[in-house]
Amino acid sequence: MADRVGLDEDEVSVGINPAPGPDPEPEAETRPEAGPDISDVKSTIMEDKTCLSKKMEINVSEAEKRTGKNAMNMQEIYTVYLIETRPQDSQNDEDSSAPDSLWRRYSEFELLRNYLVVTYPCIVVPPLPEKRAEFVWHKLSADNMDPDFVERRRIGLENFLLRVASHSTLSCDPIFYLFLTQESGWKEAANETGFQAKIESTASVKPGIHKDLKVDSRLKALNATFRVKNPDQRFMELKHYGDELQSIISHLLRVRARVADRLYGVYKVHGNYGRVFSEWSAIEKEMGDGLQSAGHHMDVYAASIDDILEEEEHYADQLKEYLFFAEALRSVCRKHELQQYDLEMAALDLTSKKQQREELATGTVRTFSLKGMTSKLFGQETPEQREAKLNVLEEQIADGEELVKAKNLECDDFIKDAWADIERFKEQKNNDLKEALISYAVMQISMCKKSGNPQQRTLWRSDESLRATFGFLHKWNKTAFCDGKVLMLEAQLRIENDADSMSSLVQRAFRKIEFV
Amino acid sequence: MLPNGTPVETSSPASSSSLLNRLQLDDEPNSETRDLFVTVDDPKKHVSAMETFITYRVSTKTTRNEFDLPEYTVRRRYQDFDWLRSKLEESQPTHLIPPLPEKFVVKGVVDRFSEDFVETRRKALDKFLKRIADHPVLSFNDHFNVFLTVKDLNPYKKQGLAFITKMGESVKYVTGGYKLRSRPVEFAAMGDYLDMFSQKLGTIDRIAQRIVKEQAEYLVELREYGPIYSSWSAIEEELNKPLNGVSNCVGSCCITLDDLSEDMSEDFLPVLREYVLYIESMKNVLRKRDQVQAEYEAKLETAAYKKEEKQGTPTNVEKCQDRVECFNADLKADWDRWQSNKRQDFRQLLMGMADKNIQYYEKCLAAWESVIPLLQEKLEVKSESHS
Repeated sequence: MADRVGLDEDEVSVGINPAPGPDPEPEAETRPEAGPDISDVKSTIMEDKTCLSKKMEINVSEAEKRTGKNAMNMQEIYTVYLIETRPQDSQNDEDSSAPDSLWRRYSEFELLRNYLVVTYPCIVVPPLPEKRAEFVWHKLSADNMDPDFVERRRIGLENFLLRVASHSTLSCDPIFYLFLTQESGWKEAANETGFQAKIESTASVKPGIHKDLKVDSRLKALNATFRVKNPDQRFMELKHYGDELQSIISHLLRVRARVADRLYGVYKVHGNYGRVFSEWSAIEKEMGDGLQSAGHHMDVYAASIDDILEEEEHYADQLKEYLFFAEALRSVCRKHELQQYDLEMAALDLTSKKQQREELATGTVRTFSLKGMTSKLFGQETPEQREAKLNVLEEQIADGEELVKAKNLECDDFIKDAWADIERFKEQKNNDLKEALISYAVMQISMCKKSGNPQQRTLWRSDESLRATFGFLHKWNKTAFCDGKVLMLEAQLRIENDADSMSSLVQRAFRKIEFV
Repeated sequence: MLPNGTPVETSSPASSSSLLNRLQLDDEPNSETRDLFVTVDDPKKHVSAMETFITYRVSTKTTRNEFDLPEYTVRRRYQDFDWLRSKLEESQPTHLIPPLPEKFVVKGVVDRFSEDFVETRRKALDKFLKRIADHPVLSFNDHFNVFLTVKDLNPYKKQGLAFITKMGESVKYVTGGYKLRSRPVEFAAMGDYLDMFSQKLGTIDRIAQRIVKEQAEYLVELREYGPIYSSWSAIEEELNKPLNGVSNCVGSCCITLDDLSEDMSEDFLPVLREYVLYIESMKNVLRKRDQVQAEYEAKLETAAYKKEEKQGTPTNVEKCQDRVECFNADLKADWDRWQSNKRQDFRQLLMGMADKNIQYYEKCLAAWESVIPLLQEKLEVKSESHS
C-alpha cells in the first residue's frame, strides 16, 4: 500500500500505530497521556509539518448517482463521490500515473468525522458540508439531488479532506488513511477501534440529531443541579464565543438569502423593459436603433443576475463552514466541562470517603447518617468490624487519590493540548474569513462593473445627432475645424461611440469659440 | 452661456448628454435670429392663512414689437401656467400645445415642497415656456404675451379673455356630428402612432413602478443585512475592523439605492405620465381636425346638389375648405416639431436614468473597494490590549 502511493516507509511508520485497535482515548482510566497519536507526533507540531497533504494530492473530483437497497431493504437513490489520490511528486513525472481512486457516499464521510471527533477530543475537527440544503432562497433548490447542490457538496467534501490532511495530528490517523485509499474494509477497521462504544455508552442516543456527537447528551441527561465548579475560564469564554458566532452567522445567512431573493426580483423585472423597448423601436424612425440597444441591454442585465448569485453561494458556503466550525468549537469546550465534572466528582467522592474514615476512626459522627443512627439505636460495632471497615475505606481512599491525581493530569493535558489546537484554529479562522470577505468584496465590485456598464450612455448617439452636432460646430466657427478633421473625428466617434471623447471634443470646441 | 440663454453645466460625464441636447434645441429656429428668450427660475415659497404655494420667476428678453419693453420679470405659480395652457388650447386649436408637468400629486407620498420636487417641476415649466417661445405661431399668442408681461394675472384670469384668434373662433363653432369619409393617410398614421406610443408608455410606467417597489423591498432586507456584520465585529478581535468596514459599506449602498429610487419616482415617472396626458390632448386635436374635415365634406356634398353662386363673397364651402387646409398645414408643421421634441425629451430621460444607474453602481463600487485594504492590512501586535 505504501509502495503503491510512493510514501517513505519511515514516515509511514511514524503515523500509523502498529498495534491493532489502538486506544488513544484520553479518558482511559489510568493513562496519564492524552493518547499515543498525539504524543508520537508532538515533535511534528513543533517542526515543519509532514502532514499528509504535503505528500499526497487529494481530490474529490466527481459525483455520480447510484441505486441500491438500504438497511430496510428498500430501493434508494444516493450520490457517491470519487476520491482521487496521487503522490505529490508524481506531478513532475512526464507520464504521470493515473490517480488511485475510490467512491464514497456522504454517510461514510459522516462516519469518518464521528470517528475523528471521538478519537481526538481536544481537536476542533473540520466540519462536513451541510447534510440538507438550508438557508435557501426561492430559486435555489432544497433538493439534495439538485446538480448545483451536489456540486457544492463535492467541493465541500474535498475541502473537508484537505483540511483534515493538513492538520498535523489528524492527518496521521491510520483510519483516515484507509478512508482515502482502501475502498472496502475501511468501516471494519474504524469500528474495531471501538469508537462507537464511546458514543453509545453515554446515555440515550437520539437518532437523527445533526448535532456533532452524542457525548454532550450525557451532559444534558444530568440533572439541573449539575454545576462544574471550576471550569477553565478561557474555555467558558470560548464556548460563549462559539454560541454567539453560531447565532450571528445563522442570522447573516438567513438575511443574505432574503437579500438574494429580492435582488433577483429587481434584476428580472428590468427584463420586462427588453420587450417593450423592442416593440417601441418598431414604431420609431430615428430613435429605433437606440431603443433596440436599450432593450437588448436590459435583457443582458436581467440575465446577469443568475451568474452573480450563483457565485455568491460560494461565499454562503464559506460562512456555513464556520457556522459548523463554531459547533465543533463548542463541542471541545463541552468535553472539557465533562472532564472537569468527572474530576470534581472524583474529588468529592474522595473527600466524603476521607470524612467517613475520620468518623470511623474517632467515633464521632459529624453529619447525620442512617448508619450512625442505626448504630446508636442498635449498638456500636465491634472493634473488629470497625477495623475491617477502616481497611476497606483506606484502600478506597488510596484508589481514589490515584484517580484524582490521574484525572487532574488528564484535565491539565486536555486543556494544554486543546488550547494549542484552538490557537491554531483561531489563526486559521481569521485567515479564512478574511479570504472569504475579500472574495465577496471582489464579487460585488465585479457585479457593479458589469451592471453599471457605461455603454448605456452611448446608446442614444445616432448618426443624425452626430451630424447635427458637427453641423452646429461648423456653423459657429469654421476656422476651428477644417473639413477633413471634422470628417475624421466623425468617423472615429462612429466607431468608438464613446460618450467621454464626445464630451471632451465638444468642450474643446467650445473653448475655441467665444460666446457673448 | 449658450446663445439661447441657458448656462453651460459643469463638466461631468453626464453633462455631455445635456450639452448635446442643448445643441439640438438650437437647430430650429436658428438661434442667430431668435428674438424672444424666456427663463423660469428662482422658486419661492409663499405662506398665507389660506394656503401655501410656490411661485417661480419668469424672465423675458425680447426685441419684438409685440412687446412694449425689452425685458420683463414676473412671478407665476403653477395655476397660472395651467391657465395659459388651457387658453392656448382654446385659442389655437389647430396647434399642438406643449405639455405641463403633472398637476396633481398624491399628498403624503410626494412632498410638494421638497427641493427635488420643486426643481423637477421648475425644469418642466421652463421647457414648456421655451417651447412656446420657439413656436412660430404660439409665441405670438396674446395670452402668452399677457402671461409674460403682466404683474398681476388674476384680473385677466377672472375676465375670460377677449383675445380670440380668427382660427380659434372659427374652429370653436365647428360642430361634431358629421361623419368623416376618409382620413388622409398622414393623419391616420399620426393617430395610430399616438395610440401605440401611448400604450408603450403605459407599459413602461407600470414596469418602472414595479421596479421601484422591488427596489424598496430589496432595501428593507439590505438594511437588516448590514448591521449584522457590526454585531459580528463586536465579538471578533482581528476581524473587528474589516467586519465593521463591510457593515459601513452595505450602509452606504443602502443610502445610494434610496437616492436612486427617489430619482426614479421624481424624475422618470412624472415625465412618462406627462407624455400620456400630452398624447391625450394631441388626440383631441386630431379629432377636431377630423370634425373640421367632416363638416367640409358634408357641406361640399350638399352644395353639389344646391348649385350655389361661385362669384362674390366666399361661400360657406370655401370657408370650410380654408379651415381644413389651415388646420392640416398647422398640424403637419407641429407634428414634425413634436416628434423632434419628443425624441429630445426621451433621449434625455432615458440617458438620464442610465446615468443615474451608472452613478449608483459607481458609488457602490467605490464603497466595496474601500473595504479591501481593511481586509489586507496585518494587525499590529497589540500586546498591551491583551490580558
